Amino acid sequence: MKVIYEKSPMLKDAPLSYCPGCTHGIIHKLVAESIHELGAGGRAIGVSPVGCAVLAYNFFNCDMVQAPHGRAPALATGMARVHPGHVIFTYQGDGDLAAIGTAETIHAACRGENIVVIFVNNAIYGMTGGQMAPTTIAGQTTQTSPYGRDVVSAGHPVRVCEMLATQEGTTYAERVAVHSVPHIRKAKKAIKKAFEYQTQGRGFSIVELLSTCPTNWGLSPVESLAWVEENMIPQYPLGVFKDKYAGEVAR
Amino acid sequence: MQRLLMKGNEAIAEAAIKAGCRHFFGYPITPQNEVCAYMSRRMPQVEGVFLQAESEIAAISMVLGASAAGARAMTSSSSPGISLKTEGLSYIAGSDLPALIVNVQRGGPGLGTIQPAQSDYNQATKAPGHGDLRLLVFAPSTVQEMVDCVFETFDLTEKYRMPGMLLCDGLLGQMMEPVIFPEVEVTPSEKPWALTGHGDKRQPNIITSLNLDPELSQSANLARFERYAEIEKTQARAESLMTEDADIVVVAYGACARIARSAVSAARAEGIKAGMLRPITVWPFPTQQILAAGKSAKALLAVEMSMGQMVHDVRTAVQFKKPVHFFGRTGGVVPTPNEVLEQLKIIDGGLKA
Ligand SMILES: Cc1ncc(C[n+]2csc(CCOP(=O)(O)OP(=O)(O)O)c2C)c(N)n1
Ligand code: SF4
Repeated sequence: MKVIYEKSPMLKDAPLSYCPGCTHGIIHKLVAESIHELGAGGRAIGVSPVGCAVLAYNFFNCDMVQAPHGRAPALATGMARVHPGHVIFTYQGDGDLAAIGTAETIHAACRGENIVVIFVNNAIYGMTGGQMAPTTIAGQTTQTSPYGRDVVSAGHPVRVCEMLATQEGTTYAERVAVHSVPHIRKAKKAIKKAFEYQTQGRGFSIVELLSTCPTNWGLSPVESLAWVEENMIPQYPLGVFKDKYAGEVAR
Repeated sequence: MQRLLMKGNEAIAEAAIKAGCRHFFGYPITPQNEVCAYMSRRMPQVEGVFLQAESEIAAISMVLGASAAGARAMTSSSSPGISLKTEGLSYIAGSDLPALIVNVQRGGPGLGTIQPAQSDYNQATKAPGHGDLRLLVFAPSTVQEMVDCVFETFDLTEKYRMPGMLLCDGLLGQMMEPVIFPEVEVTPSEKPWALTGHGDKRQPNIITSLNLDPELSQSANLARFERYAEIEKTQARAESLMTEDADIVVVAYGACARIARSAVSAARAEGIKAGMLRPITVWPFPTQQILAAGKSAKALLAVEMSMGQMVHDVRTAVQFKKPVHFFGRTGGVVPTPNEVLEQLKIIDGGLKA
């Protein structure tokens, strides 16, 4: 029998703890595959956030540490300074990365820390039950914006890749989505590139993934995929916002 | 061995380097700035890492990361910055990681003053972060002792896999005294739990403070408290000075102990039988030593640069059986030996009346 598909060895055998239809699982798979394909699992160290992915250390088959809310890039900094040759990455939600951990995110980028940041933007605080996130879209209803996000009092959603792209320290910033097969393929390429740059010691890379939260959006998994296309992409345009090595001939 | 004249803060930094620390993460705040400045100069010379973080929160999170990765790591700050570090401190304790945190205390609350104080005693010994946890706290009173305690704290935090603090104050940090650095060969301790990449040779290591199952969470806390109990039994340290025949035992630590020492000598010269018990660790608190020193005493006097924090531990130590007086200055005011001597005279007068 020919094996045409198998679970990445970079993922443990544990069942994922995410809700049915949540795209966190797809993103785990892409991260695991990318690290494995680069032969880097043995020297990979990941940082799990506070958020739905807090238990990521039970899923990725590499050394892992669990960070305080928002501090993953600072932990990764500490580890990258101890093990400069290792493959250090964080896996963070939007509340974690773009609210409580904004300072840690920006300064890790400005320092050009040699880490990969996997940024899962689902426009909501998933784990705590669906509160407004820094990335919640204007008008979007959440538990703490029951009348829809009113930008006059609640402020505007944060665009992370655009912001980080303006910083000299950032090597690579791309926003992708995972709501369709072509988008997933593109997302995989972006994640793989980020890890390639990391293994080459090229500094700070961030891949932002527009992701779903069917549970807290109050939509079915399929409706959620459409919601990404219709509501998230207009607010968070996809694309490469920065790539210091874009001119290089493809290997 | 060379005797060097050094500022307390710089001596801490050099001691850490000599003790094998190669990862320092800091953030500027007076009166501990010399620690960061010294590290920024010295670390590159020993191929170490000095990093000025974006905040105290980030700095201690970097320490968490570096320690998880197996390094001897430290940070230093002063009171307002230590408040920010309580988050990371609690995670370090909950993740069973070693780390050294230096607090060169200043007066509070709030922004307070940049002058010396000992008003973070309760924070350090009672509630260094959320949750059931302990912090190993050394409270040196000379620059030489600051040096010695750095070595000791690093060793013990690794032995017990817990955070440790050097609780100093602006007076000690800024003071210059001769020091001798111990010439020891530092052998890094085995850390099979460290995150080094599994190298396809072992199962992945996981470091986390999360335990969703309350039973597991409880057993993790119980295991930690078993270690704490052993520490309380074996690691409490204190210096005793003329306590054997003392009517009044002064209890003071850190910079206050220096002042109390002068006052005790002056009191003896005036015929007052005073002695001093100086806690060197404040957690574990030297309860047994104080109980023993207070046995023959008629009264005790706690002297602190605070409104009275350690005094409660002293009262507990003597099981509320002896009068424990308190004298303190607060908000950055340093008590004088004369003021303490006055207190001793008043207490002595009361005893003789
Ligand atoms: C200091 C602190 N504040 C708040 C929380 C509660 N909390 C847990 S998860 C979370 C939000 C996570 O949302 P996000 O980062 O968007 O990730 P998601 O769950 O959506 O994947 C919050 C606020 C916490 N654990 N720690
Ligand atoms: S709460 Fe939302 S983000 Fe979290 S696992 Fe469920 S669907 Fe995914």
